[in-house]
Amino acid sequence: MTITLTHFLIVSAILFSFGIYAVISRRNAIMVLMGIELILNSANINFLAFSRFGGMNIEGQMAAVFVIILAAAEAAVALAIVLNIYKRFHTVNVDEISFLKD
Amino acid sequence: MYEIIFYFFAAVTIGSAGVVVFSRNIVYSAFALFFTFFGVAGIYVLLNADFLAVTQLLIYVGGILVLILFGVMLTTNTVSVDIKAKSLNTLPAVSVVAALAGLLAGMIWTTDWFMSKNMSEITAQTTSKEIGSALITTHLLPFEVASVVLLVAIVGAAMMARRESVKTQISNSK
Amino acid sequence: MIPELKIALAILLLPLASFVLLIFFGKRFMDKAGHIGAAFLGLDLILALFTFGSRMGTEGKWDFTFTWIDFHTMVNNVPLKIDIGMMVDNLTAVMLVVVTLISFLVHLFSLAYMKGDIRYSRYYANLGIFTFSMLGIVLTNNYLLMYVFWELVGLSSYLLIGHWYEKKSASDASKKAFIVNRVGDLGFFIGIMIVWMQFSTLTFDGIFGAIGTGVIPFDSNTWLTAAGLLIFCGAVGKSAQFPLHVWLPDAMEGPTPVSALIHAATMVAAGVYLVARTFPMLTADALMVIAYTGAITAFIAASIAIVQNDIKKILAYSTVSQLGYMVMGLGVGAYSAGVMHLVTHAAFKAGLFLASGSVIHAMHNALHHQHDHHTDAQDVRNMGGLKSKMPFTFWTMLIFTLAISGVPLTSGFLSKDEILAGTLAFSHFTGHSIIPIIGFLVAGLTAFYMFRMLILTFMGEHQDKQRYDHVHESPFVMTVPLMVLAALSFFFFFSLNPISASHGWFFEKMTYPTVVVPAAAAATPTEEFVEEVHHQHTMAMVLSVGVSGLGILLAFVTYFWKKISADAFEKTLKPLHTFLYNKWYFDELYDATAVAAMMGIAKVLSWFDGAIVDGIVNGAGWLAKLVSNISSKFDSYVVDGAVNFIAYFAGLLGLSLRKVQTGKVQTYMILAIIGLMVLMAMYM
Repeated sequence: MTITLTHFLIVSAILFSFGIYAVISRRNAIMVLMGIELILNSANINFLAFSRFGGMNIEGQMAAVFVIILAAAEAAVALAIVLNIYKRFHTVNVDEISFLKD
Repeated sequence: MYEIIFYFFAAVTIGSAGVVVFSRNIVYSAFALFFTFFGVAGIYVLLNADFLAVTQLLIYVGGILVLILFGVMLTTNTVSVDIKAKSLNTLPAVSVVAALAGLLAGMIWTTDWFMSKNMSEITAQTTSKEIGSALITTHLLPFEVASVVLLVAIVGAAMMARRESVKTQISNSK
Repeated sequence: MIPELKIALAILLLPLASFVLLIFFGKRFMDKAGHIGAAFLGLDLILALFTFGSRMGTEGKWDFTFTWIDFHTMVNNVPLKIDIGMMVDNLTAVMLVVVTLISFLVHLFSLAYMKGDIRYSRYYANLGIFTFSMLGIVLTNNYLLMYVFWELVGLSSYLLIGHWYEKKSASDASKKAFIVNRVGDLGFFIGIMIVWMQFSTLTFDGIFGAIGTGVIPFDSNTWLTAAGLLIFCGAVGKSAQFPLHVWLPDAMEGPTPVSALIHAATMVAAGVYLVARTFPMLTADALMVIAYTGAITAFIAASIAIVQNDIKKILAYSTVSQLGYMVMGLGVGAYSAGVMHLVTHAAFKAGLFLASGSVIHAMHNALHHQHDHHTDAQDVRNMGGLKSKMPFTFWTMLIFTLAISGVPLTSGFLSKDEILAGTLAFSHFTGHSIIPIIGFLVAGLTAFYMFRMLILTFMGEHQDKQRYDHVHESPFVMTVPLMVLAALSFFFFFSLNPISASHGWFFEKMTYPTVVVPAAAAATPTEEFVEEVHHQHTMAMVLSVGVSGLGILLAFVTYFWKKISADAFEKTLKPLHTFLYNKWYFDELYDATAVAAMMGIAKVLSWFDGAIVDGIVNGAGWLAKLVSNISSKFDSYVVDGAVNFIAYFAGLLGLSLRKVQTGKVQTYMILAIIGLMVLMAMYM
């Protein structure tokens, strides 16, 4: 059985679902960040798979390059935010930080 | 051979992603994340994206993962053994995610994907040269904007990480 | 890349290393920063001398070119790619020695002069980047890199002029220098673009080679002239030629050693260097314009220099005048003479500036002792009689003054003489006899005002006895550079024959480049021109010695023996004096024209904004107010009723939905995903 586009998409869908699960169910903000990284990776797999099987080799890869760039920037800023939150609330559990309610 | 490699990497990716998500210990999660990134890099190679695979290893494993580990170490009170990271609203989360996965799978199966005709054989051709020339020709503007974004991110991260400490220094000196 | 070029690359990069080291770690080194900078430049000078020595023994040139960007496309059947590289030929080798030597001496001199300055390390860092950019200009083999380094020179001169930026006049002067330079650079840039459009290459070899095979821009000699003149525009800006000469005198606000480095020997010489590099593609018309520009500049600046009282201003105008001389020399076709004057002038003018720096330094210290902060330390009228107090400075300055005045046995005599012979030959071929007339007139004026400065500064009586006692000779590090430069102002460094340079090594190595301009548009062929210069040489020599002697005599009669009262002359020729003293009102002219035009346009735009745009906006506002008055009546009765009802309804709804808002991000996320799934289900 040859490997087709569908195989890659399924892998990416599973990865995406895992990422979403981590984002919505874990308490620790750093776990949430890990979930975001999983989601970004699954999106990248999709980009590459479409560009590979859709016959436009370089365009999808370019998009993936920029996703990686943004992921790096996002990780740096998000961790800085998490550190700030930790300094202020002495916790990184997202369920305890519900100032948005007020 | 291609199939075996694909399944191997898919298994590594999904298995370790499962550990990342379901592990109770955040340190385990962080280490499992390494294997996930590694597996994804392997899948990139199978998709003819050698440059991106290397970039993935360099940036994710070398950069982001280290950052996350630092985050874990700086924010977790290791003395009081609170490394366990609990889940919350597990039931709604599981149901929502299961439904989402089902929908995605259904969509993937039912959609008639556009397929290029000349994709059948895998060409072992390096893409870094094309990416490089695309970055300074057709994608020059996004490339420059990305550099500005990175700069802003650096400045912003440095500002945020520093401001609090400056304040505490001042209050300490008083 | 051959080993010699690697050494040349090292010459280029050493000052940059000095800059990087000092700009980042300068504060750590405290007062050792200067020694570090000077050490780097000393090494640089040794390498440059080595390059010069090995260069002079060989033929042709060393060139290294590589393709920087290849677009893989063809334009006009020429591959579109950008070649850059570096080269060393005889002209470059000489310039390397000039730049590194002067820069090194200035580094040395500044050790004492800038001691205790608040931005001491910054100053040395800026000297480093300036030297780097200047070396870049002379080492490149293409217009692209040249333009890059050209702008870098502009930037670093901006930094150096504005070194004491707390002083309003200094920061104004740096801005003026930068902006005026930009005007010329714009022309330079357009010239480069014309060349690029036609030849798709920017290397000198590529361009001149293409012109040599008969390819000229748009198949028209006029366009070739235009390209040459536009490139010359860059030289007009950098070399302070009329009409862009106004920045250089103001630039004297910078520290005096900087004036020696930038505004005497190197940066302003860059323009002359550019003309020399571009020489092969200049048509007869372009050369004519260049010659006249140089002549006009030389005359205007010399006439202004006569009446100035600030020692640095006098030197500044004399620099402008001498630069005009060089440009005129190149313009009339005397290539070697123009370049030689560039080199000789670099030595003696840098010496003059450094000597004036030494004088100012001494005056400043003396005034400081007296706690006198009102007397101008740079005004020649406050000096006088310093000869016995500062013997080293006086004797070296005397040599420099003799050199610039063109007295035999000096280097200035040789080069000036050749230029004047060139102008005579030029008038012989073209009939433009005004050029040699201006040339000889300026030679006389130069001798006059330089000796006026020398006499007023060093001879006669000092007015203030107490101040005079406090004046001391400058320290060793300041006088050594002066002595080195004084030695270089003698003839034997340039030609063993004290009355003619044309058989010296300089003329032999600095041969005329092959002119590639089509014969129809070209100036007099080189061989005929050189032949004619030989015929005119004796006459030029006799005349130039005559007018210089006359100028010197007049200066002594007026200011030393005081047989003629300068004040009486000033009174009788009051309008002329005022006119010259105010620098021909160039600044005022530019204020009244260019600056005023800019302000005018700005005012018109502001009026347009205020009257028309605001009027429309106000009218719209008035109309809107009218409409809204009407609609408010409608609003308050009909709409409000409906709105209140809806608000009530929404409030009711909100009360029941309030429970969903937990403030927890993840709950929101679940809801968002449910929304996403609904959308997906709709499109499936």
